[in-house]
Amino acid sequence: MADPSTPLKHTPLDALHLSLGAKMVPFAGYNMPVNYPLGVLKEHVHTREHAGLFDVSHMGQGELSGENVDAALEALVPGDLKGLKPGQIRYTVLLNDEGGILDDLMVTRPAEAGKDGTLYLVVNAACKDQDFAHIAAKLKGKAMLLRHEDAALLALQGPSAAKVLARFIPAAASMGFMTSRVESFEGVPVRLFRSGYTGEDGYEISVPADKAERVARRLLAEPGVAAIGLGARDSLRLEAGLCLYGNDIDTTTTPVEAGLPWVIGKRRRTEGGFPGAAKILKQLNEGAAKTRVGIQPLGKAPARAHTEIQDAQGNKIGEITSGGFGPSVNAPVAMGYVDSKFAANGTKVTLIVRGQALPAEVAPLPFAPHRYYKK
Amino acid sequence: MSVRFTKDHEWIKVDGKIGTVGITQYAQAQLGDIVFVEVPAAGKALKAGGEAAVVESVKAASEVYTPVSGTVKEGNAALPDAPQTVNEDPQGAGWFFKIELSNPGELDGLMDQAAYEKYVAELSA
Repeated sequence: MADPSTPLKHTPLDALHLSLGAKMVPFAGYNMPVNYPLGVLKEHVHTREHAGLFDVSHMGQGELSGENVDAALEALVPGDLKGLKPGQIRYTVLLNDEGGILDDLMVTRPAEAGKDGTLYLVVNAACKDQDFAHIAAKLKGKAMLLRHEDAALLALQGPSAAKVLARFIPAAASMGFMTSRVESFEGVPVRLFRSGYTGEDGYEISVPADKAERVARRLLAEPGVAAIGLGARDSLRLEAGLCLYGNDIDTTTTPVEAGLPWVIGKRRRTEGGFPGAAKILKQLNEGAAKTRVGIQPLGKAPARAHTEIQDAQGNKIGEITSGGFGPSVNAPVAMGYVDSKFAANGTKVTLIVRGQALPAEVAPLPFAPHRYYKK
Repeated sequence: MSVRFTKDHEWIKVDGKIGTVGITQYAQAQLGDIVFVEVPAAGKALKAGGEAAVVESVKAASEVYTPVSGTVKEGNAALPDAPQTVNEDPQGAGWFFKIELSNPGELDGLMDQAAYEKYVAELSA
């Protein structure tokens, strides 16, 4: 975690945020826009209906290269990286020896020439220093890590994202979900990822830092594109059922407990060879004691992180890890961990909010249906 | 009829023995879009500075404290179904509760309009 006593860092879009009237807050050691004058609620709805542009330059980007880079990184994550095709992106997790999650990340195999033996990594802002130190130390002599600290990262998300980006890069429109390619944005070299953190179609766009404001301003000038802050980013990902590292997943949760068994590649289920494999493979076969689930409060009161979850008899069975109001579902939404006996959809549970016992039930995730691009 | 303010950005407008309490324009702007409000039930006894109501934005929950001691006469029944009223008209239709003051002398410890405006200007500086 970032040391609160050190001065805040600024992304290459800092001046843009201020000129747009953003409310800035410290986040993961950076001065970041939590919302713009539009406000969290309208920014959220705008992204679901049109397109939102997010500054996520605080996230960590890097390239890992080596003769056997796939095998090397597979020693740290449970994903099948050897099976990753050129231009494909995979969501995976860095694990500790107990099978706990050190971070979640995106691993991409670049498709362009000259990138053989290279994987492109995007990791969480709050974890990036530890992640990159961990990877560099564990893979010393097997792979080289090069951090891209001179790269900004934009996210363009929402049903209009493809139409908007195609005006600058026609090939963007036909990119498959979870694929990546290098393109030129009016002469600026960009790496496009058809991925995101909102449940909507869209892109993440890696841009050289000194060109980031120009690209962002060009996108914001397009009809239907609005700047969106971290507040709406959080409510969008919560409705989409996506985990926030540090809230919904951390070193005390395994991928199986987190409801992410699909991150464990098929080949790796038989081969193992990732940290905590014995524990995780046992959980895959026999089930885990606790499970991440969606929680639908049945009243109007939101239940925030750390809210206690009880069974009908008043026994503690778990805790909310993310919760708030879902602007698109127009109701409170939450997720958390429960004793796996209570993980079935529709199970009645009780939430203790400000001392009051409020009714809720286990609900399927996501709350807002994913609308990723399908060819 | 005078309006007084707390450092926690509540206002109270007193008419005889009854005070109407809400949050200020500054407070609603800081909170952003309000999505949930809980108001106290009539008959509830409150002590000055105690938790009286709850207001939640998309991001976070906050407490509303009563500026004075007394007994709740009425919670604003319209707010739970229309919490955005607090954003739209915080010092009017967005009031939270009415309270019968048990110690009107407590009002002397609160800020008047001029003092509150100065206080907010210093916070924003």
